[in-house]
Amino acid sequence: MLESKVPSGPIEQKWEKARFDLKLVNPANRRKHSVIIVGSGLAGAAAAASLAQQGYRVDCFCFQDSPRRAHSIAAQGGINAAKNYRNDGDSIFRLFYDTVKGGDFRAREANVYRLAQISVNIIDQCVAQGVPFAREYGGLLDTRSFGGVQVSRTFYARGQTGQQLLLGAYQALEEQVAAGGVTMHSRAEMLDLVLVNGKARGIITRNLVTGAIESYAADVVVLATGGYGNVFYLSTNAKGSNATAIWRAHRRGAFFGNPCFTQIHPTCIPVSSEHQSKLTLMSESLRNDGRVWVPKKKGDTRSPAAIAENERDYYLERRYPSFGNLVPRDVASRAAKEVCDEARGVGPGGQGVYLDFADAIRRLGEPQVREKYGNLFDMYEEITGENAYQVPMRIYPAVHYTMGGLWVDYDLMSTIPGLFVAGEANFSDHGANRLGASALMQGLADGYFILPYTLPNYIASTPLEKVDTSHPAFAATKQEVAERVARMVNVRGKRTVDSFHKELGKMIWENCGMARSEAGLKSNLAKIPALREEFWNNVNIIGTGEEFNQSLEKAGRVADFLELGELMCLDALQRRESCGGHFRVESQTPEGEALRDDEHFSYVSAWEWKGEGGQWELHTEPLAFEYVHLAQRSYK
Amino acid sequence: MNLTLKIWRQQSAQAPGAFATYQVQGVTQDMSFLEMLDLLNENLQTKGEAPVAFEHDCREGICGACGFLINGVAHGGRRGTTVCQLSMRFFKDGDSVTLEPWRARAFPVLRDLAVDRSPFDRIIQAGGFITAPTGGAPEANNILVPKEAAETAFDAAACIGCGACVAACPNAAAMLFTAAKVTHLNSLPQGQPQRDRRTLGMVKAMTDELFGSCTNHGECEAVCPKKIPIEFIGKMNRDLMRATLHHRGD
Repeated sequence: MLESKVPSGPIEQKWEKARFDLKLVNPANRRKHSVIIVGSGLAGAAAAASLAQQGYRVDCFCFQDSPRRAHSIAAQGGINAAKNYRNDGDSIFRLFYDTVKGGDFRAREANVYRLAQISVNIIDQCVAQGVPFAREYGGLLDTRSFGGVQVSRTFYARGQTGQQLLLGAYQALEEQVAAGGVTMHSRAEMLDLVLVNGKARGIITRNLVTGAIESYAADVVVLATGGYGNVFYLSTNAKGSNATAIWRAHRRGAFFGNPCFTQIHPTCIPVSSEHQSKLTLMSESLRNDGRVWVPKKKGDTRSPAAIAENERDYYLERRYPSFGNLVPRDVASRAAKEVCDEARGVGPGGQGVYLDFADAIRRLGEPQVREKYGNLFDMYEEITGENAYQVPMRIYPAVHYTMGGLWVDYDLMSTIPGLFVAGEANFSDHGANRLGASALMQGLADGYFILPYTLPNYIASTPLEKVDTSHPAFAATKQEVAERVARMVNVRGKRTVDSFHKELGKMIWENCGMARSEAGLKSNLAKIPALREEFWNNVNIIGTGEEFNQSLEKAGRVADFLELGELMCLDALQRRESCGGHFRVESQTPEGEALRDDEHFSYVSAWEWKGEGGQWELHTEPLAFEYVHLAQRSYK
Repeated sequence: MNLTLKIWRQQSAQAPGAFATYQVQGVTQDMSFLEMLDLLNENLQTKGEAPVAFEHDCREGICGACGFLINGVAHGGRRGTTVCQLSMRFFKDGDSVTLEPWRARAFPVLRDLAVDRSPFDRIIQAGGFITAPTGGAPEANNILVPKEAAETAFDAAACIGCGACVAACPNAAAMLFTAAKVTHLNSLPQGQPQRDRRTLGMVKAMTDELFGSCTNHGECEAVCPKKIPIEFIGKMNRDLMRATLHHRGD
């Protein structure tokens, strides 16, 4: 049933073959076709701009007040590309190899190879748009190295690469808005997908200013709505980041791929209090020059300066001599958790490790460290009140990214015909762990260079009957949405939306976070439905659905997290192996590293919604590795 | 610590607004300013009152969604800081704090502290881009960008579009916002072909959107969370002069 549609032939030629085989739409006919794109981040804005340039009529939606606010903007570190400008052994094959291995062999090889191929075009495209990447004095592009790899292939714009890439895509999008190719709908949240004869043909949105429930029809729908890390309540995601669009599509028939694959980023500022509303990431690039350590002694509360060199445990350098502080994110996060579990953590509550720049400052001098990381050090000081030039930073892992998402085939189409999914919202390229600087690459690859080929192919090869919002399917779906909103508002219970969200987040973090056990997951699976039940009987939303109502917005998103959280635990429970960010305590090597079980779990799990109350059916897409040989990952 | 908050409450763009006074107890030093407002909102909702609407998203100073006046100063007055990055350790027990939305004719209030900043998008539409249709770009290293130009472009491109510059300006001018984008793109070799057209288009859009003009108060630079310097307005004016001369008689 799951047809990945990977083209035949050698991996180097698959994408080229696909591009020739994919059908085209005559330029004169493109104006007759309409595309809905939900989300305006890297994937959404890039796709909207590119498809409008080709001549399609595009409607783009975002819940923020402007497409420029999409959460891609917060990515700090950089974007990978196999340009080999450093002459240090990089190649398309190596980027492909690193990504498949970094993802712990749970990604589709053909997709990853295509991503590596496209990576070089992305840099060209972004430079042409005026993205101010870091430069050498001679005017050439600068690069740096990043976690999980041994070459320097990461292009960056100070610590704000995501911002600059997003603004590039946003500006291309606004140019198309001015040219009439894109109609932008800001402050519009997608609340459901409309299917006509089994095909995705439109969406229902809520206008976040007036509360009006509105219908939009098109030939194709693209979801580029980001990840679902906010299931955990505390994450590095923006407060508004949510799963509602993909979850509503899942309930309409789109399979959900690998929901339990979430990334816990090792370098975040530790939690300081119960009131904390979000976590702040410190770019992974800091690990290029910072050294991670904890005291050797348990419960050592002395100040870091008072702890002598021989009393410190540089545990990443000790355990992984060849990669040292640059091990992949999942490995670094788990190692931090282990030392904290051993009561060797630092800072309030012992949930932290040091990231120390003293050596780098001695070696490079403070001015050079400031030039490289100044904004990150400033940000750290603003939040913690500590000067990291003088005392080591304290860091702890935090939820950062979700590798899981809606299942898509090679063309990025979900199991619903006409519904495409791009960027973090799909499950596709990162397997069980994403390497640093790969999210920006994937979002832009999907938006600029893949959808503009595969989406026209769908239009050209599918009979699309004329459908507008007067079709009864729109009225019916709109009615369901309106009833759900009204039901939520009318609960008038006693608990705030945030209190439910926090309770769910804690459960998921404890039992479906950095370490997962059968007992913990089963306990969650018993408790989450009860919490969901309470939500629908006791949530308190002030005001009405017909106004600017931020509690109502949040409530809708939390209601969906209460369902998705259950599926994440179900998926984690069925995958009785450890891989990448998914660490089942029952499956580890004698040294405590993740132990994969390729014989039984070399597949993508794809869950089909079967109705209310925790009913899903598991489908699997087997993964074959022809080019990167399956091996236990080792960064020692 | 305990604080007294005077907050502008306004139900919609059409409704009249007024200040309301609230007490918040149990504020801790490690909270951010928005976490303090979260606490207020939790309390208000528990009492059955409407929470205070304010915009926010990333809560790390990069998305540009947040922003309001704290005691009359955009983003609260700490240099290079957005409201979401502002820590409560800069306040003390018993402080009285006044919160109001950006005040500018071009930014109508939507609710409480949230305003409509869509004019900024329209200024970008008028030329804040380099036309580079997907797929047609040359090899990246064929375009050499002197490091200094890249640095200036970046300093300008750091703008997050929050609107503080407009709120702080006695003329409600959007000159710093517009100048930042003009400087970003006009500093780069890739931006040269559209340099004049961009400058003319964006300046016209800025005026059409009912923003005022710069009279060199420098308040915009003082409150800009990304420390964008007012010199960029001078650069934009020079580019405007240049473009106007090039296009005499158009």
